[in-house]
Amino acid sequence: MAQITFDNLAHSYLPAPKADADWALKPMSLTWRDGGAYALLGSSGCGKTTLLNIISGLLHPSRGRVLFGDRNVTDLSTAERNIAQVFQFPVVYDTMSVRENLAFPLKNRGMPADQIAARVDAVARMIGMTDTLDRRARGLTADAKQKISLGRGMVRQDVNAILFDEPLTVIDPQMKWELRTQLKALHREFGHTMIYVTHDQTEALTFADEVVVMSEGRVVQAGTPQSLFDAPAHTFVGYFIGSPGMNLLDAEIQGTTARIAGTTIPLAAPYAPPKGRVQIGIRPDAVRPASEGLPFRLIRTEDVGHHRILRGEVAGAPFNLVVPEDQPIPAAFDRVALDPARIGVFVDDWRIEPLERAA
Amino acid sequence: MDKPVNNRAWFLVLPVLVLVAFSAVIPLMTVVNYSVQDTFGNNQFFWNGLGWFQEVLESDRIHAALGRQLLFSAIILAIEIPLGIFIALNMPKRGFWASLVLVLMALPLLIPWNVVGTIWQVFGRVDIGLLGHTLAALGIDYNYVNDPVDAWATIIVMDVWHWTSLVALLCYAGLQSIPDAYYQAARIDQASRWGVFRYIELPKMSGVLLIAVLLRFMDSFMIYTEPFVVTGGGPGNATTFLSIDLVKMAIGQFDLGPAAAFSLIYFLVILLISWVFYTVMTAQRDRT
Repeated sequence: MAQITFDNLAHSYLPAPKADADWALKPMSLTWRDGGAYALLGSSGCGKTTLLNIISGLLHPSRGRVLFGDRNVTDLSTAERNIAQVFQFPVVYDTMSVRENLAFPLKNRGMPADQIAARVDAVARMIGMTDTLDRRARGLTADAKQKISLGRGMVRQDVNAILFDEPLTVIDPQMKWELRTQLKALHREFGHTMIYVTHDQTEALTFADEVVVMSEGRVVQAGTPQSLFDAPAHTFVGYFIGSPGMNLLDAEIQGTTARIAGTTIPLAAPYAPPKGRVQIGIRPDAVRPASEGLPFRLIRTEDVGHHRILRGEVAGAPFNLVVPEDQPIPAAFDRVALDPARIGVFVDDWRIEPLERAA
Repeated sequence: MDKPVNNRAWFLVLPVLVLVAFSAVIPLMTVVNYSVQDTFGNNQFFWNGLGWFQEVLESDRIHAALGRQLLFSAIILAIEIPLGIFIALNMPKRGFWASLVLVLMALPLLIPWNVVGTIWQVFGRVDIGLLGHTLAALGIDYNYVNDPVDAWATIIVMDVWHWTSLVALLCYAGLQSIPDAYYQAARIDQASRWGVFRYIELPKMSGVLLIAVLLRFMDSFMIYTEPFVVTGGGPGNATTFLSIDLVKMAIGQFDLGPAAAFSLIYFLVILLISWVFYTVMTAQRDRT
């Protein structure tokens, strides 16, 4: 096991990339600690699978280095990197039994038979397949097969990292939850470095200690689920994380006030006069119906159990509120109040910090 | 649950029944009819029971032809199936070369049987054929007209040239359907090249391989045109396969009764062996 470092890493599938858009993965540097649980989150085509393939060694990056610990592994083959990977679709060796499947990576590395047997038994217990060890893999359900893939990844104790490429795509919703819980438990118990690629924010936020959000080949933010939620570094993160996502409104900032479509609202701290397209962002749960504030037009209400979502518009832009179940909604209201402490300011989509925090 | 019963629905399957009757059942029944009767011309037929069947089953000549036929099919399968798999494994997966190779591979399959026979008949001639003349010039005593081994070799090489493409193309299609993730997983598991073949490629090819084996068995077991054109069944009876013998009997000698009995037995043998292949290969696959 080892710490994983990306040093100025970039990749393009074109031989001579010129424009910004030619890069599938734009230059990035990150360090992941040994034994952490990381998620790469982003929509399709954002570069997360490219990054994963670079980590696993299936793809050689156009630029930059990948380090496992102090060792530069950029030019090493997949096998030499000693990693494990679980794919989107369960990959099992059909003609082998579950036992043979689990033993395969060890057998290929020439481990003695008695050690293999012990290790296979241990892994079978971890993934809860002790009873089906001698079944042929072909006839099993998709989630059982995916557990075998996972087991094959965990059977080698010395792997540097286990990579997951949207591993729950073909799993039934109920089994998804169970497998995810199991994965989390396995991570806690055995401390492998796990890297989980997904486009599902729930999966990413519940699995990972640190989530790396990617958009159009760029790492837009890396941080804990809480920091992504509270202080998104980019409007994409604000919008992508949370359900519904962050509300974004065009605004003019002057010191400690923001002016939105003719209405002025207070901010918690002063900002330097920004240049470019300025937006403020606020989470739907930091807004409440009020008699003064921004003019709001309600379009519809959705009751989703423990809270309600009020969907509407402010100054022509979509704007949502989340109201807890126990809090009454006024029969008629046409304004909303924003919690100043939770307003973020974005210039050309990137978050800017205030000059100083107000006392 | 109530099922509506309406016997008029039978009319809907009538066209298929008529079609099958004319294309298969009626011709087959005429053969059955011939096989149990004897004729001395004049369109007069006499009941002969199972006499012809007995004669065919006891004929040393037909036993010998059956032996040659089985040997021929065995050699063909033993060469074409592994060779086809080998070629498929080494064909380019995508791009310009993949298309080019596909076209080249498909070419022999498009040539009519008798043309294939003629090509090799000329090709192998010692006086003017490129192959025959070259071999002779190299000092190899090759002559498919006089030497049974040379005749067999020529026909086998011809069949391999003609039909290995079919096996290769079928296997290629099977290989193309394997997702990349399997190869990636194998690399991560450090599987050897043999391991990749044995545990990924072969299992994923098993379906098309079954079709390839059945097609090549049936075709090689019924081979007629090519050996007829190249060797005419000779030298002696060395390359007289079942179908050549059958045609001689039915058309050459006009022995309709024995020929009909022979056809039916021939048909049943093919059916039986195909069934054995099918059962063995699918049982292998479905074993849990």
